[in-house]
This record gives sequence, C-alpha cells and structure tokens, in this order.
Amino acid sequence: MDIAFLSQTMLTLIKAVPTTLILFALSVFFGGLLALLIVWMRVSGNRLLAGFARGYIFVFRGSPLLIQMFLVFYGLGQFGVIRYSFLWPFLREPMVCAVLSLALCTAGYSAEIFRAGLRAVPTREIEAARAIGMSGFLLVRRILAPIAFRHALPAYSTEIVLMMKSTALASLVTVWEVTGVAQRLISQTYRTMEVFLCAALIYLALNFIILQALSLLEYALSKHRRAPPTSPSPIPR
Amino acid sequence: MSGPSRLSVRNIRKSFGTHEVLKGISLDAKDGDVISLLGASGSGKSTFLRCINLLEIATEGEIFVDGEEIRMVKKGGRNQPASQKQVDHIRSELGMVFQSFNLWSHMTILQNVIEGPVHVLKRPRAECIAEAEALLEKVGIVDKRHAYPAHLSGGQQQRAAIARALAMKPKAMLFDEPTSALDPELVGEVLRVMRALAEEGMTMLVVTHEMSFARNVSNRVVFMREGVVDSSGTPEEMFGGGGSPAFRQFIGHLGPA
Repeated sequence: MDIAFLSQTMLTLIKAVPTTLILFALSVFFGGLLALLIVWMRVSGNRLLAGFARGYIFVFRGSPLLIQMFLVFYGLGQFGVIRYSFLWPFLREPMVCAVLSLALCTAGYSAEIFRAGLRAVPTREIEAARAIGMSGFLLVRRILAPIAFRHALPAYSTEIVLMMKSTALASLVTVWEVTGVAQRLISQTYRTMEVFLCAALIYLALNFIILQALSLLEYALSKHRRAPPTSPSPIPR
Repeated sequence: MSGPSRLSVRNIRKSFGTHEVLKGISLDAKDGDVISLLGASGSGKSTFLRCINLLEIATEGEIFVDGEEIRMVKKGGRNQPASQKQVDHIRSELGMVFQSFNLWSHMTILQNVIEGPVHVLKRPRAECIAEAEALLEKVGIVDKRHAYPAHLSGGQQQRAAIARALAMKPKAMLFDEPTSALDPELVGEVLRVMRALAEEGMTMLVVTHEMSFARNVSNRVVFMREGVVDSSGTPEEMFGGGGSPAFRQFIGHLGPA
C-alpha cells in the first residue's frame, strides 16, 4: 500500500470538500423552500395549483437527475430568452446549474415526504386548535408544521443523505467537487481504486456527521414519545 | 336563573349530503345555565354542539354568542361564515372539551394550557403561566404540568383539556361527551371538575350519557331524537315522569339513574 500516495490524494480531495458542502447546503436549503411551496400548492384545494404540483412531482421524481442536470446545463442556453436575459451570467455558471437541478429534483421528493407528514397530523389535534380560535398561518406554525415535521423527519433524513451523494453528479457538469477532483486525479495517475476509495471515505465521513446530527434532532423532538420522567414536578407556590 | 343570554341558537339545520341530521333546533342558554343534551347515538346532539362553534357549518339557522350574531353568506348555494376572523374570535370565546381530549401531543400539559392565551389572545407569557398553574392546581394535576399528554391517564388528560379551555376565559363551555372515552373508575374525577365549574356559575352545554350529571348538576335537560328536540325541561320535570314517552323509554333502557 502506497501510504504517501493515499495521504496526498486524501489531502487533494479534502480541498474539494467545501465545494461539495456548498452544493449540498444550497440545494437542500432551496430544495426545502421549493418543497414547501409545492406541498402548499398540492394541498391548497385549488385544482389548478394541485394539478401543477402533481405534474411537478411526477416529472422530477420520474426522470433521472443526471438528465435533468444536463438539460439545465446544456439546454437552457439554447433559448434566446434565457441566453440574452439578465439571468444568463448566473445560469452559465456550472455551480448555479448544479444547485438549480439538485434543488428542483429534491423539491419533488421532499414535497411528497412533507405531504405524508401533514397527513399524519391527527385531525383531532387540528380540530382542538380550530376550536381555540386558530386558523391560517398561526395554525400551520404552531400545530401543523411541528407535528408534520416530526412525522416526516425519518424519511426526510434519508432524502438529505441521498442529496449529499447526488452532489457527485455535479462533476459531470464541470463542478470541481470531491468526485470531479477524484476523476481528474485518476486521469493523471490511472490509479482508479485508491482515488475512488479515498473519495468514498470522504462521503462516508460527511454522511456519518449528517446522520448523527439528524438523529440528535430526532431525539430532541421525541420527548413526548419517551417514557415519562420518574419524579413529578414540585408544586409551584 | 335568568341572566343575559350567553348562547342563542335559532332553527339550526344540518345536512350531510341528502341526509338531514338536524331538522331545526333552537336553544337559549342564559348566564349560568347548565344544559344537558341527551339522546341516543345518531340523534344529532354532537353535530348540534359542533355547529355552535362552527366545527360543522350549519346548513341553515342563526347563532348568537353573547349577543353577537355569527355572520353567514351563501357561497355556491352553501352556507359559509362571512368572516374567518369572526369565526376565530367566536371560537376563542367558547371553550370546547372533546370526547377524546385532543391535547396537542408534542406539547407538555403546561404548554397545552398556555398555547391559546399566548398565541391566540397574545397575552404576556409569564401571566399566562401563572394562571395556567392555578388552573391546573384547580383540576388537580399541577404536578403533571411538565409531563406530555401520552404520560397521563385518560381522566388526567381530560382535566388538562378542561384547564386548556378555561385558560381562554370562555363565555360558555361546550362539552362533547367528555366522559365517554374514559374507564369507568376515571369518570368521577372529570365529573367532579365539571360540577365545580357549574357551581361557580359557568354557562355549560354538555352532551352526555351520564344521567347522574344531567339529573343532579344541570338545571335543564334537552332530549334530542332524530334531529329535533323531542322534549326539554328541568331535571325534576324530565326525570320525575314528565318527559315524553320517548324520553321515558330512553332512560328506561339505561336503567335507573
């Protein structure tokens, strides 16, 4: 085993970790926001909005992410409206294209996950909130969202981990994140096994940290599901 | 008792599809009235109660809470409240206690009780906490205030739900079969709390199967049958042999109260 080569490779790949993390963070953030919008449309009761949301979810869940990314990266520039619009300086950046397609795709999956969470909120608890005078955004913020998010968290955790791995696809639209840098190293050294093993280790380490954080969050939000505390609270005076 | 009218309901009708559940019900509750609504299941008494705070929208009829009429409009041939803001306001003035408690499972008992005062009435949190603790002490579960609903017995949960409704300082309380989901040995603790409330002068509308409550605590008994008020009167009149034949048959089925 060539320790010197492995550690050199590791160091080179670690320098690309910030790019991977930026891709990941931005696409999870914007994908999450977009998912909220889609799920709102989906359950709005308006047939037009709900139909659009259904179509959106079908398209982005039903087609390969790689093709979506290619369409955004190579396809958008063919339209004059985009090519000559003020957006073009942004949209010709590989990073922007990668984040855009990752976010668009995860929004489709996340919207369905959030919708499942919403459906799991007991009608009784919603009714109790209405009966006390809550409606609209207050009802969503105080009752619906916290309960739905807790229900959705296990499935959403999986989606987040999948997103971390999907950032690897950005290498194919020339974003120099971990996988992209790994491929460049391989083309220079022809040492496929060692370089990709190092890359895999990096993704494992990142996902380990993310999963730990998510399970901590899940634990913190599950107080009401655990066994009761043993001693009653003292009576206030 | 003859105070001002707290709750007044005129000619309420409610249909689900072609099935008419309520066929024109009127009811007037004065300040301090405790009215028991009795009837076989399917007689429409829960639906009637839910129409009052608009958890169900009556197909026809008028509702007044403390003199304020709930404004309705026809939309696409269906009756709808004219203003969600008014609905929220009316609901915040009516305490509702459900058969299956309906506490918010992700909040502690104390959080459940202060939720409405803090977020709906927008009152200062510290004040609400102090009041909530006093209310929880009154219903006998102040030592459970930091526990979650799932950690409490049914009777304790229902008492917490009553405290949650009281924290809004309601003008009247609606009880929808508050003891029907409880084990028999837990019914008494909830009824005791309700009795104490009645004695303090709270206006209460209680859908119940507890004949002892109807007889000994309420000052009026309304017997519903097939979507109409079959008969009503004081407990003495109704249970003293003055009810309709249908009512006598109804209580006969349940055995002596």
